[in-house]
Amino acid sequence: MTTLEDVSTTPVVLGGVRGGPPVPTLRKDRWWVQPIVTVVVLTAFVAYATWAAFVNKDYYAGATMHRDLISPFYSPCLTESCVPGSHPGTIITWWQISPALLILIFPLGFRLTCYYYRKAYYRAFWWAPPACAVADAHGSYKGESRFPLILQNIHRYFFFAGLIFNVLLTIDAVMAFRQPGVGIGFSVGTAVLCVNACLLWLYSLSCHACRHLCGGGLKKFSEHPIRHRIWKALTPLNAHHMVFAWMSLVFVALTDVYVRLVASGAIHDYGFHF
Amino acid sequence: MADDTTTPRTDGGAGAAGERTVTMRLWRGDASGGEFVDYVLPAVEGEVVLDVVHRVQATLAPDLACRWNCKAGKCGSCSTEINGKPSLMCMTRMDTLPTDEAITVAPMKTFPVLRDLVTDVSYNYEVAKRIPPFNPRPKTDDEVAAGGYRMQQIDVERSQEFRKCIECYLCQDVCHVIRDHEENKTAYAGPRFFARSAELEMHPLDATDRRELLQEEQGLNKCNITKCCTEVCPEHIKITDNAIIPLKERVVDARYDPVAWLGRKILRRTKGTAAAAAATAPAHGPAAVQPAVEVTGIPGPQRR
Amino acid sequence: MPEIESHDVDVVIIGAGGAGLRAAIEAKARGLRVALVCKSLLGKAHTVMAEGGAAAALGNVYPEDNWQVHFRDTMRGGKMLNNWRMAQLHAQEAPDRIRELEEWGALFDRTKDGLILQRDFGGHRYARLAHIGDRTGLELIRTLQQKAVADGVEVFMELKVLRLLHDDSGAVAGLVGYWRPSGAFVSFTTKAVVLATGGIGKSWKYTSNSWESTGDGHAMAVWAGADMIDMEAVQFHPTGMVWPLSVRGILVTEGVRGDGGVLRNSEGRRFMFDYIPPMFAAETADSEEEADRWYTDHSAGRRPPELLPRDEVARSINSEVKAGRGSPHGGVFLDIASRRTAEDIRRRLPSMYHQFKELAGVDITAEAMEVGPTCHYVMGGVRVDADTAATTVPGLFAAGEVAGGMHGSNRLGGNSLSDLLVFGRRAGMGAADYVEGRSGTVSVDPGAAEEVVRAATALFERESGENPYDIQHDLQETMQSLVGIIRTGSELEEAMGKLEELEERAANIAVTGGPQYNPGWNLATDLPSMLTVSRCTTQGAIHRTESRGGHTRDDYPAPDAELGKVNFVQRVPAGGAQPGGAVGTPSIRSITITPEPLPVMPDELQALFNEEAH
Repeated sequence: MTTLEDVSTTPVVLGGVRGGPPVPTLRKDRWWVQPIVTVVVLTAFVAYATWAAFVNKDYYAGATMHRDLISPFYSPCLTESCVPGSHPGTIITWWQISPALLILIFPLGFRLTCYYYRKAYYRAFWWAPPACAVADAHGSYKGESRFPLILQNIHRYFFFAGLIFNVLLTIDAVMAFRQPGVGIGFSVGTAVLCVNACLLWLYSLSCHACRHLCGGGLKKFSEHPIRHRIWKALTPLNAHHMVFAWMSLVFVALTDVYVRLVASGAIHDYGFHF
Repeated sequence: MADDTTTPRTDGGAGAAGERTVTMRLWRGDASGGEFVDYVLPAVEGEVVLDVVHRVQATLAPDLACRWNCKAGKCGSCSTEINGKPSLMCMTRMDTLPTDEAITVAPMKTFPVLRDLVTDVSYNYEVAKRIPPFNPRPKTDDEVAAGGYRMQQIDVERSQEFRKCIECYLCQDVCHVIRDHEENKTAYAGPRFFARSAELEMHPLDATDRRELLQEEQGLNKCNITKCCTEVCPEHIKITDNAIIPLKERVVDARYDPVAWLGRKILRRTKGTAAAAAATAPAHGPAAVQPAVEVTGIPGPQRR
Repeated sequence: MPEIESHDVDVVIIGAGGAGLRAAIEAKARGLRVALVCKSLLGKAHTVMAEGGAAAALGNVYPEDNWQVHFRDTMRGGKMLNNWRMAQLHAQEAPDRIRELEEWGALFDRTKDGLILQRDFGGHRYARLAHIGDRTGLELIRTLQQKAVADGVEVFMELKVLRLLHDDSGAVAGLVGYWRPSGAFVSFTTKAVVLATGGIGKSWKYTSNSWESTGDGHAMAVWAGADMIDMEAVQFHPTGMVWPLSVRGILVTEGVRGDGGVLRNSEGRRFMFDYIPPMFAAETADSEEEADRWYTDHSAGRRPPELLPRDEVARSINSEVKAGRGSPHGGVFLDIASRRTAEDIRRRLPSMYHQFKELAGVDITAEAMEVGPTCHYVMGGVRVDADTAATTVPGLFAAGEVAGGMHGSNRLGGNSLSDLLVFGRRAGMGAADYVEGRSGTVSVDPGAAEEVVRAATALFERESGENPYDIQHDLQETMQSLVGIIRTGSELEEAMGKLEELEERAANIAVTGGPQYNPGWNLATDLPSMLTVSRCTTQGAIHRTESRGGHTRDDYPAPDAELGKVNFVQRVPAGGAQPGGAVGTPSIRSITITPEPLPVMPDELQALFNEEAH
């Protein structure tokens, strides 16, 4: 005979026999497509970005072409090696290799610690898990509880840094309306820089940390009507964070490609002026 | 995968010439092991998987175990894995599945199997006991006069989303942190209970700070936000975006954000600690999920 | 003889829906050792299905609302067959019970002032239903569940109770059942038992109820000698889906008809025009053209006949189906697709549209629905004392749908959730008072438990016998066709005979497989309850030779003032139990029925009905 006094909270018990066959997954759909696409696109981007960062030339189409187009990989260009006209002035003198490397740390950090990209690369590269209801590839798993992954928690600082870059790239886009020696005008390059800046803003503003800082962290919205309004405006953007993440990633590379082609003289940047 | 071990059963009214049939490949077994068994039935229009499983029970296998209740997607009892995807049987229409091959239905993988498609989900109920309960602030004089708390609709909407949860535990099932790593169960609350904590964190009346507890004891930092919980949620609750990530950001506020820390110091906002949160947890258990030491088998008083 | 695990507690509560949870919270607060026993997992009970809301005269939307108005609405809705004291307590206490939920974490939708928002519902004079979108039942059960867990209520999940046990004095002192996962038997000795087992809908083919609603509490109370009242009062909805299977039993809101949906038979005829009773002829359109004008401008025509009262609509559907003009699956067609644009339908009926689209792939903007009368709720049940929820058997209490009297012969929408809260709490209090006032130790005859266990295990020992699924199927067909929404004397008599045949077959059930989570066996042990409650409903329906509320007799279409003054009380008289029931239960032939006068309402409440009619 037992009474309820004998029945205390039982500890969670490990083990027990699980049902189903001992196979990694029973899924029949093509669950592997998504991780493969992620691997291909991210790898291609990293490879291109690395090459473009180290090549250290053709990142600025300047006055000789009646243009002011700078690649986002190289803006703001602050070292001694920067192409004249491409920067507000030499600020950093001790940096001897490509200025892009100094810049790319910040967007890289922002994207690396981004809640969406974390999902993408944990699935595609780390296989933890490769897809839902597909066994992950690790014997043990501690998640983001230890170094180095605990550093993911600094995402919001990269977000702030990202904002600074967004401002600078927006200035670049505005400057791209200048056509030195001709006047004010508009070209394909101007459009490319504008779209790039817009996508980067969308990516930043849809960021989860941004949504939290703008209002998500509040307990009672009714006491903070303005922050609530901002939060409410950001929420639908946040729902599309993944889309903005991919679009801005691909477009920033395309922007670099375009500027590079123009700067190297391979193509002409068609446009008009007033 | 298990084709060679399956035994087709067709004595359930199927087989008239030319009749369309469906083949259900159902897991049969218990703690001592099991296998897939194929059941062939006439195809009937307008059914969900649960209807077909019921027909198997009524005609071919009266002892086939499956758990269900409302059959309308509101109680969250009939959670299984259909063609490998964690799903509710009552919400999975047969016409959404390819019928040219057998449809596999297996028990949820993360929990021990009781029999056939039924699993022992008591882990979830044990975790639920360790969530510090709702702890409302006292009523103001105005509220005492009005008879009830005053809360604005915009303040309750976020928590209302999580209260849609029907506790089907599909999110717990699909979460690889415990699906693939049994040992994590001792210190991991899982998506369902992150949503519960988020609901309380965002509840306009709740006065308990659960952030330290979440990070230290309930394994919030084990979640690597791969979003499978959101993908399988039959209530379409945005568990990752609206519960887990906001909780992670709140933990950052509490522990990893010197600016916020400084702000709190200056504003002298005093908040409770993990110890305080734990103190409000039910008296019969520590706030954390305890590691089990020696017990094996099915836990809980209800399984003696 | 299998081993029987035993427990000793102060109160066992059977059923973990709203009423059971609320009773457990109350009894636990009194410091008692409480065991909450349920057939499913915790939090899955049928309460989750309630959508509309919980009725309570909070006065947040209409300050002029008060308990007297709510009381009057409830009594009128129940056609005055209600236990007046229950209706009074319900109306008086519901507001506090709702506010209390909020203190336990519930998040109702809000008014502009930040108070609980209330919505309109049929039969309620003022907007009175506290709600959360259309998932109020889920909110209620989750709140109570979390409160019960926080309070440390011990829950025994997936435990099916087979029978109550008595001590020497005849008081309820224990029960015996089995764990569904393992099939192992369990017995409890307890000072009190609260029944909170919900409804009986599973005995009908078309029902909105889940498999659990087999009337276990009703039946166990009858077997234990308790009184039942007005079991014929069963609420049917005229338009529940009958097909596809995946949505069978899901209710199609009256709004579909209000927004232009029409009923057609297999010949495509809009048949409701053939069934306009003289009483409503003056206010009902007599041509399709006139009816169609009404939708856009209520003054341009009279109301379409599809919007006649529910029993009229149901009776008409019933007649069409019986005349062989029904849809292929035994209902009629409810067509809104051909009458409104897809966009209109999606805008006006979003949840209907999404529910059928998602669950059944049925696009109500493109095709007609197949609908028919669907069993929804039982107003009758175990006779209880209003204040304490005590049944006529000492130590046995009942609350929620299993208890009778509160709703009379018809229940208003929204009154069931508040019923659960008010009387769940009162049952917990009543049981606690009883336990505290009781002296001495509790003991039951272990032989009685062993007898129950032997009868339950005997099903495995038969080499061959009846398949429980076949019996359930035949029972559901019988009740649907003969004891459905519209009843006649001859069909009811036929049903009585069929139930006896089914009982004989059920005495010979054989099950295959082992006891571990075996649904065939589980169903076999539910069948005695289903047969018993079916018998009660049928017998009550035969004796109530009138139409009142949810009970409609084709051969007695009008209410009978004399019958409106009595409850039909059913019981197994002391010493009157006959053998021969399924799984060792008393035979359904043991149940007797007698009319007994209703409790008399005091003058001050009576006066509420004499005020000018609203």
